[in-house]
Amino acid sequence: MKKNLQDIPLKSFMLSLFNENKKILTKNDSPVISELRKSAITNFEKLGFPSQKLEEWKNTNLNNALLKNYDCILSPEKDDVDIDKIFRCKVNNFETYLFTTLNGWYVYKKSQLTTLPSGTIVGSLAKAMEVYPEIFEKHYGKYADIKKNGLNALNTAFAQDGIFIYVPDGVEVSKPIQIVNIINTEKNILSQPRNLIILGKNSKLTLIHCDDSITNNDSLINSVNEFFIDENATLDYYKLQNKDENSTIITTSYFFQNQDSNLTSNTIALNGGIIRNNSHVYLNGQNCNANVYGLYLMDRKQHIDNHVFIDHAKPNCFSNEVFKGIIDDEASAVFNGHILVRRNAQKTNALQSNKNILLTDSAKVNTKPFLEIYADDVKCSHGATVGQLDTEAMFYIQSRGICEKNARILLMYAFAAEVVNNISLKNLRERIDTMVVKRLKGELTICDQCVLHCKDDIHIYFDIDLSKI
Amino acid sequence: MLIIKNLKVSIKGKEIIKGLNLEVKPGEVHAIMGPNGTGKSTLANVIAGKDIYDITDGEIIYKGKNLFEMSVVDRAREGIFLGFQYPVEIPGVTITNFLRSAVDEQRKYKGLEALPASEFLEMMEKKKKLVDIKSDLTNRSVNEGFSGGEKKRNEIFQMAMLEPTLSILDETDSGLDIDALKIVANGVNKLKAKDNATVLITHYQRLLDYIIPDFVHVLYEGRIVKSGGKELAMELEEKGYNWIKKELEQ
Repeated sequence: MKKNLQDIPLKSFMLSLFNENKKILTKNDSPVISELRKSAITNFEKLGFPSQKLEEWKNTNLNNALLKNYDCILSPEKDDVDIDKIFRCKVNNFETYLFTTLNGWYVYKKSQLTTLPSGTIVGSLAKAMEVYPEIFEKHYGKYADIKKNGLNALNTAFAQDGIFIYVPDGVEVSKPIQIVNIINTEKNILSQPRNLIILGKNSKLTLIHCDDSITNNDSLINSVNEFFIDENATLDYYKLQNKDENSTIITTSYFFQNQDSNLTSNTIALNGGIIRNNSHVYLNGQNCNANVYGLYLMDRKQHIDNHVFIDHAKPNCFSNEVFKGIIDDEASAVFNGHILVRRNAQKTNALQSNKNILLTDSAKVNTKPFLEIYADDVKCSHGATVGQLDTEAMFYIQSRGICEKNARILLMYAFAAEVVNNISLKNLRERIDTMVVKRLKGELTICDQCVLHCKDDIHIYFDIDLSKI
Repeated sequence: MLIIKNLKVSIKGKEIIKGLNLEVKPGEVHAIMGPNGTGKSTLANVIAGKDIYDITDGEIIYKGKNLFEMSVVDRAREGIFLGFQYPVEIPGVTITNFLRSAVDEQRKYKGLEALPASEFLEMMEKKKKLVDIKSDLTNRSVNEGFSGGEKKRNEIFQMAMLEPTLSILDETDSGLDIDALKIVANGVNKLKAKDNATVLITHYQRLLDYIIPDFVHVLYEGRIVKSGGKELAMELEEKGYNWIKKELEQ
């Protein structure tokens, strides 16, 4: 019998958890945030967790993940945590400002908020709410929809910490900022990080966002990111997902763009149990550019679902979506791209493409490119392909003496290159390139992560060693 | 080196090659000519090991071994090279990386160590000159966005790099202007040696102005119907394929 997800135990567990811990959850709230939280929990009560009955969730089944028991860590485990005992940072050739969250909580050395030389503020979302209420409240919760989206509502009700970034007007952040979200606990954890990233006018930021796990316990991560990109600002955003098979990651990102702003978002998923990425882009001014790229390499029983919604609300904007995936074994993938061109958004130029390679008969892809156009002077294109490796190309490569296995890797690598080559940071591109090759060779396991190398139980090493490439 | 005996090949139940015999010895250049659709490319693909065909009869002996027992990859490693009529584009993989993999794998098969990067690059430079390839071409993805001439030159460049014993060049002259044709022919001539052999598959006699074959064979309806020296090509050019057809009808 099918369980009605509206009534799954996790829902009532979360509702009572909220009621029992209201004090803890709301202790830093301003009246505005407090109100938002209240309406969020009410909405969650109405909406619940998404089921496959919803069109948006037709092809992704969360049942198994939702039927597990989870703990929520409602307070940071220790305020005086000695960061060096947990993290050690080893970055070669590729310098970033590195910030981390552990089990959803911001990890800080000295201060919960850091001001970079340029005036950019990076740090704990909880602290930012307290220290910068004006700027915080101007953007927080303004882009993420909690009326129709139950998971967003749940996140908003429980959101306590995450990363806050504010780049003031005219500032170009000299080095990329890197956020690493780590799950490291013996418990089965439900974590709901919330990130708020604000780019002022004419500012520029490169942000690298990694999801990693140390332990292999069941985890459910429901994160919400809100990005505000003001006039003529440029955001380069890279999301790397390399998680264990027991994890379910749901990431919902909202990109709100004002006129003349530029967004490049690149989501690269190499491993994970169930991954669902929602990207919503609002082109809220003229002459915006939005490039939304994605690459997913799934095998075994992994599942990934990329939903992209681009709202061309104003004229003269350009958007380009390219998502490519290679699906092996019994893995499955979903792509759902929705471009909305509103009535007055004339001279819109929107491109959308999703290409997939299935390596086995049991691998699955569901792809749905979708254009909804109300303006009459626009240029839009969409396309989706699902295929196998080209036999003609396989023959060509093998006829040069390259063995079948390497010929396959070469072709898969070539297929992925279209997305990888879009990474404008050379060092990062080379790093990801190597990871893709390793992944395709079957050498990238969860213990050989993109940025993390577990040496023992206590230490976690960040090893971005580009000198080896 | 290569002995083909009574080869019969069909695809999807349709017989394409209907009892073909051919012997190629080291140091020789053979030209196989014939009108379209007579099985020229099929013959080339069968030798290289493309697996979409049914071999219904006959055998191919290469260096004393049964070719049909060897995989595509092993045939290549044993020195068979096919210059494609339509080279395949591999976006994202540079010619340098592609050839590095190929050369390394072939060396490994022969029990040789991988070439150090510097020696490999040196070798590339040398061979590039042979086929007059611009140096930036090798940094581009294999055949991606190449002109017809560049693709064919890249085939000959790969042949130069892989140093095969038996090269089969399938319509390497098609789509080339006269300058490109000369460069390609020049490359083939320079690579000619007493212990390797070349089979040129061509539609026109034109290529044979620049590469002088030792033998010319006419392939018609799946069989070699006429063989001769280079003068046969001249005769074909003059009289056309209808001459052969008429002769056969008589």
